[in-house]
Amino acid sequence: MTWELILRVALVAVAFLTLPLLVGQTEHKVMAHMQARLGPMYAGAFHGWAQLIADGVKFAQKEDVTPRAADGPVFRLAPAVALLPYLLVLLVIPLGPGDLVGQPLDVGLFFVLAVVGVGVIAVLMAAWASANKYSLLGGLRAAAQLLGYELPFVLSAASVAMAAGTLSLPGIVAAWEPWWLLWQLPATIVFFVSGLAEIRRPPFDMPIADSELVFGYLTEYTGLRFAFFLLAEYVGIVVISALTAALFLGGWHGPWAESVGWLWMLLKTGAVAFVVIWLRVSWPRLREDQLQRLCWLVLVPLALAQLVLTAGVRVALS
Amino acid sequence: MSIPGAGLGKGLAVTLKTLVTPSTTQQYPDVAPELPPRSRGVIALREENCTVCMLCSRECPDWCIYIDSHKEEVVVPGAARPRQRNVLDRFDIDFSLCMYCGICIEVCPFDALYWSPEFEYAEYDIRDLMHDKDRLGEWMATVPPPPPHDPLGEPSKEETAVAKRASAS
Repeated sequence: MTWELILRVALVAVAFLTLPLLVGQTEHKVMAHMQARLGPMYAGAFHGWAQLIADGVKFAQKEDVTPRAADGPVFRLAPAVALLPYLLVLLVIPLGPGDLVGQPLDVGLFFVLAVVGVGVIAVLMAAWASANKYSLLGGLRAAAQLLGYELPFVLSAASVAMAAGTLSLPGIVAAWEPWWLLWQLPATIVFFVSGLAEIRRPPFDMPIADSELVFGYLTEYTGLRFAFFLLAEYVGIVVISALTAALFLGGWHGPWAESVGWLWMLLKTGAVAFVVIWLRVSWPRLREDQLQRLCWLVLVPLALAQLVLTAGVRVALS
Repeated sequence: MSIPGAGLGKGLAVTLKTLVTPSTTQQYPDVAPELPPRSRGVIALREENCTVCMLCSRECPDWCIYIDSHKEEVVVPGAARPRQRNVLDRFDIDFSLCMYCGICIEVCPFDALYWSPEFEYAEYDIRDLMHDKDRLGEWMATVPPPPPHDPLGEPSKEETAVAKRASAS
């Protein structure tokens, strides 16, 4: 029993360390080819497969600078706070049918939504503790954005929980049926878009906005701590993609799900992650007012309407 | 009336199309770049064509051509008196100043200067960018033959002149 637990946690840790690198490398290559470039070609000899490892080594060698005016402990703690929630979330996302999940949790969805929200605190810690006006501006933007988008994020997730009648993530995936794709389509879109905003990916990268704010709340970070924030961003992609796949795209459902369900889950996650990268390459950044307008005037009403629809269909079915 | 969000879709389509189109990047240090004819890499000197007329040096916008010469007497058998001839002592181009305008090549009345597409002559010391006449002469081997006449372009001046003369007579 203990050994099984250790094995599960170790596997989740391995996924936590490899999947983001995979997504990062895919982003390098996909973005390059979308811009008619080749991207990394030298590191590791074959199409630059070891580029991110080389980057990691480089980050580890860099000087770890804490600005004199910075609030030291908070400043140093922020990267860990940014990274840890995603690790915890990975623990409860089901990979395959049956018992193929890090830790089955009855309130899995609730747990996920609560823990993902901790990311806001990491951003605010980084922003306030940096003693830098650009960091502060970026952090305040991030706070406004993350608090705003938390609402449609939670509402759309609530819709699918209501449809499945359970808060357990494996339970939701098990209850999923293909026609939900249509039924839950608005919630899918709302969840994905607000998920993008939650992890501050373009076109929602207003808090970082390198053309206005240097690098937002990351301005003062160097070396390994900066690498942690970057890693958190890529784990964020993995988490949001996996959640979208698990909640709305049927997770491990697919032909021969009993044997290769985990492959379906990974494929769907990969496809959503590809879309995340694709949107980054194609679309310009949203302005702050457009960002808030999209959240409050489009996504929140859409999510509420979806809730009404879900409740109606549920009542009609039962 | 356009559909709202059509531009977003178009943006996605463009990037997706670029993604599946093979990239034309040439990986330079591994692969020699395909340079177009008349590439302006370095200036080559054909020393025997130079008459030290100094036109190139005087036309050079940033004065990066240095020429020294002396006169020699050439005794031509049967002539009433010896002739004089310019001998080139020094012909340097300072490529740290050169802006590759090509005016010297245009202006040379005796075709002593040519464009060569070679471009790999970077130096660690800026003073080594001064190429003397021997080094400029070595570049002559890399000068490509002139590209063939563009079949769709204007006919050459010689051709039009001949045609005009033929129609006049």
